[in-house]
Amino acid sequence: MQLAELRGHKQYADRAFSVLAVAAAGLVLLILGMIALVMTRRAWPAFGAQFFTSTRWSAADQVFGALPFVWGTLYTAVIAIAIAVPISLGVALFITQIAPPWLRKPMVYLIDLLAVVPSVVFGLWGVLVLSQHFGLGRSFLTAGIILSIMITPIITSLSREVIETTPASEKEAALALGATRWEMIRASVLPHSKGGLVGAVMLGLGRAMGETIAAALVIGSALGQITTNPFAPGNSMPAVIANEWGEADEPHKAALIALAVALFVITIAVNLIATTIVQRSMKRSRGA
Amino acid sequence: MTTAPGFQESTATRRRNDLRARPSWRTVKNHGMTGLMAAAVVAVAIPLVAVLWSVIERGAAVAFRGFPDFFTATIPVVSRLPGPGMGPAILGTLLVTGGATVIAVPVGILGAVYLHEYGGNNQLARLVRFMATVMTGVPSVVMGLFVYLIWTLTFGYSAFGGALALACLMLPVVIGATEQMLKLVPSQLREAAYALGTTKSRTILTVVLPAALPGIVSGALLAIARAAGETAPLLFAVGAAHAYNRHLFSEANTALSVQIFANANSSFTAAQDRAWAAALTLVLLTFVVTLVARMFTARLALKR
Repeated sequence: MQLAELRGHKQYADRAFSVLAVAAAGLVLLILGMIALVMTRRAWPAFGAQFFTSTRWSAADQVFGALPFVWGTLYTAVIAIAIAVPISLGVALFITQIAPPWLRKPMVYLIDLLAVVPSVVFGLWGVLVLSQHFGLGRSFLTAGIILSIMITPIITSLSREVIETTPASEKEAALALGATRWEMIRASVLPHSKGGLVGAVMLGLGRAMGETIAAALVIGSALGQITTNPFAPGNSMPAVIANEWGEADEPHKAALIALAVALFVITIAVNLIATTIVQRSMKRSRGA
Repeated sequence: MTTAPGFQESTATRRRNDLRARPSWRTVKNHGMTGLMAAAVVAVAIPLVAVLWSVIERGAAVAFRGFPDFFTATIPVVSRLPGPGMGPAILGTLLVTGGATVIAVPVGILGAVYLHEYGGNNQLARLVRFMATVMTGVPSVVMGLFVYLIWTLTFGYSAFGGALALACLMLPVVIGATEQMLKLVPSQLREAAYALGTTKSRTILTVVLPAALPGIVSGALLAIARAAGETAPLLFAVGAAHAYNRHLFSEANTALSVQIFANANSSFTAAQDRAWAAALTLVLLTFVVTLVARMFTARLALKR
């Protein structure tokens, strides 16, 4: 592929640049590998049978059972998804199928603006406004609502990208058969984008599980609670790490790092699956 | 003429003679779903407006009382006492975010150059591209602890530790955005440079990257705006401080996001006021960066 004639010192400079570029790209793999290695090594002593089965977490007694936090992470993420998915899907469909062209760009900007607001600001609003003035308190539900606000932009923009790959011919075919706009969406757009939409939702799920600061502020920091009551105060893995790190000593620190390792594994797994689904569906629709 | 003048048509006849399509269940459903989609847009706008309203309403008075005290004075050590001061946090945010930019943007651009100009579709490039997408989902708290283990444990708290953590978070974003922009550079430009005998590296540095520059800058600025608001990684790597610390590599520092987090947990009104004002400052900062990014995108669109 080298189209240029290379001679003398020019060749060395050229080679050096390509080596630099490879190194920069390889850094991504290096960082991911090092995160897994360094953190697992440090957290190793904390992983025991009781780490994932016990519901008791007490720094004073050096007992660390992470089960309630795993539950809290999943539960708040599911609440967030339940709120965010219908809204994101509605917005994505509105922008791509219904809104007049002049309205599309401002609406995309609005969604992007939501993505730029720092998570700690949502947390501040959640703890001082939402939980106090709406009687929700610090609870699973409050955390779920705040998380849903934060993952809506990412699900919306990914869904929008997926939906836009629907070929115009398929939509026109449905309309030509006399379908209403909603029937066209159900018959052409949704089946075509199904795979990508599932991937988008899973990426949102991954974000919701890893979101730290907002959850740490509004979730309530309860220890040892496994309950389906959405109004109960709870805790999640990232929230525990952020809230307890300041006062943690040795075995406690290892346990918190172990929590981070578990969180890393879960979110990476969710992201791997989601990215595979999204890329596969994008490739298929581009090939069609 | 079936009806004589003056003869009152019965409702039943009128309905039978009206040949226009009646609103069927299908049309009703169509309107209903359209209405729901529009409602979703409103549902997205509500929290954005509510949050921004709270931030402005509760932050502006504190932030701009005795201007510019709030932006320059040091942070009160006793948090329940009222009074200004987020200067050190603003400096800290600039230091940490600036450091992260200096690390992540060049490396990210180089990585994207590899992916698009060298790797193309080979196995390594595909793997890196995939893993970079996965890496955007690594929770920030994990990145913070990682940097704590590899940097802070040995060298102690500093703004640089925070910069490292934010750089790790920014890297995949910059790679992704830059690669998208490189794809838009027409291959004729590269071929023209090659035809003149230019080496590949020179072509990339003097032809390809300048052509893609506005888009790259815009992508980098969006990554910076996101990074500036990050809190969790800084908790582990930057530490806490109340006074100005101009040094990148030594001593604990602080940042706006960390101050908001700390003061939001406080039950004292004075501390909460400072949290709101700091939030206003941070939101303004990130919005300005985003706006500048948009201006670069607009320039790109004009050029095309």
